[in-house]
Amino acid sequence: MRIYIQNFLKYRYLLSQLVTRDFKVKYKRSVLGVLWSLLNPLLTMTILTLVFSKLFKSNIPNYPVYFLCGSVVFNYFSESTNLALGSIYSNASLIKKVYFPKYMFPFSKHIFSLINLLTSFIAVIIVMLVTKAPFYSAGLLFFIPVFYLFVFSIGIGLMLSTAAVFFRDLAHLYGILITALNFLTPVFYPIDIMPETMQYYVGLNPLTQIIQMLRQLIMYNELPSLRQNLVLLAISGVTFLLGVLVFRKKQDKFIMYI
Amino acid sequence: MEDIAVSIEDVSVRFNMQTERIDGLKEYFVKLLKGEVNYKEFWGLKNISLNVKKGEIFGLVGLNGAGKSTLLKVVAGVLKPTSGKVSINGNIVPLIELGAGFDMELTARENIYLNGAILGYTKKFIAEKFDEIVDFAETREFLDAPLKNYSSGMLARIAFAISTVVEPDILIVDEILAVGDYKFQQKCMNRIQGMLDKGVTVLFVSHSAAQVEQLCSRVAYLERGQIVEIGETKEVMEKYLKE
Repeated sequence: MRIYIQNFLKYRYLLSQLVTRDFKVKYKRSVLGVLWSLLNPLLTMTILTLVFSKLFKSNIPNYPVYFLCGSVVFNYFSESTNLALGSIYSNASLIKKVYFPKYMFPFSKHIFSLINLLTSFIAVIIVMLVTKAPFYSAGLLFFIPVFYLFVFSIGIGLMLSTAAVFFRDLAHLYGILITALNFLTPVFYPIDIMPETMQYYVGLNPLTQIIQMLRQLIMYNELPSLRQNLVLLAISGVTFLLGVLVFRKKQDKFIMYI
Repeated sequence: MEDIAVSIEDVSVRFNMQTERIDGLKEYFVKLLKGEVNYKEFWGLKNISLNVKKGEIFGLVGLNGAGKSTLLKVVAGVLKPTSGKVSINGNIVPLIELGAGFDMELTARENIYLNGAILGYTKKFIAEKFDEIVDFAETREFLDAPLKNYSSGMLARIAFAISTVVEPDILIVDEILAVGDYKFQQKCMNRIQGMLDKGVTVLFVSHSAAQVEQLCSRVAYLERGQIVEIGETKEVMEKYLKE
């Protein structure tokens, strides 16, 4: 264990370099640059608000904030796991030639997306100001669901990045899965418009639980119950450990397949 | 054990070569059900044992596909051996394929930091050595141009300068001296010579028999992943060149 921590510390500068590289490459030559992390959720939110506030008229009090809480969480999950999925095989040339901890690649993608997520929270604040939504002290605890989300996504990302080395089709398949998951997560609709049997399954989705916790805190000044916390802690912890196990078991074989 | 820099004990590396490439999940399951997933076992290295003493320049020769690069990768820690053990005494700098970590979209300055980080250097260390790297590579004018605009010779210069800025105990050199112009090659050789004078251990792969004979004290001759002959440079090279 100590060796792992030492090794991580030795390469932590690599981690920050990988993350900065991703930002530089992503926003290269775009005039607005990092501002897009902020504008993107704002603009999507505007479109969806225009469309859906008519559809689910009186159901949700502050639809823009409701939607943003869901979409920042979902976008983080979808972006980070998608990037992590390809992170091993697209860095094949490096992995074949230099030794360093391979988990740095998927991990750096999660850090990258996390920074994007935190920027998007500024969008949430802007929209709250514009819609004159009340600010609650419970909202300051937003980092709790974000933490569960982060740990959960790393676990999924590690598994995906491993699996994608052996089955490239996963990259295409996963895009479809994410779309399906988007509809099974109450990002832009209230959960109670679903038929009851479906509601049960949608409720099982960890992302649903994370989004609901975030909305409780930000929109309703409600503290999440101990049970909610324990369930999410267990789900994200187990996913994380599973991801680590799978990745560790297979990482020495990567080089033969990439 | 004190005077041994690299010890390789009974190392074998097995590659599973699928006889046909299966890239997809569906295809894989279909083949699995039909019992058609065939692996052809292929030993890239088989039962290799050798010791490299401290301060020695050890050469590896053999035809293409003999396993020289595979062996270097095992020593560098990139490839885990299927069986056997490798112990390294000291820090190692692999000059295997230079510039593997370059991102062509970024500038040379950014790439020096990125590549240094990949090699495990700290930010402070790179900042201190930055000027030395740039001066050695002679690319100061173009520091803030994206690497995609660089010529391959210039890339090689930067890569060599970054990799050799640390003072390693063990240096792995794989066919890299064929880069750059004549003057730069001379400069590289001088730098390697300088490290040798300080007592660095070198594992050296080259197809140039003259270079091997000139530099190495001992040589291992590999063929199909096995050691054919190991010993003094002169005797082994005679045998190798006769084949």
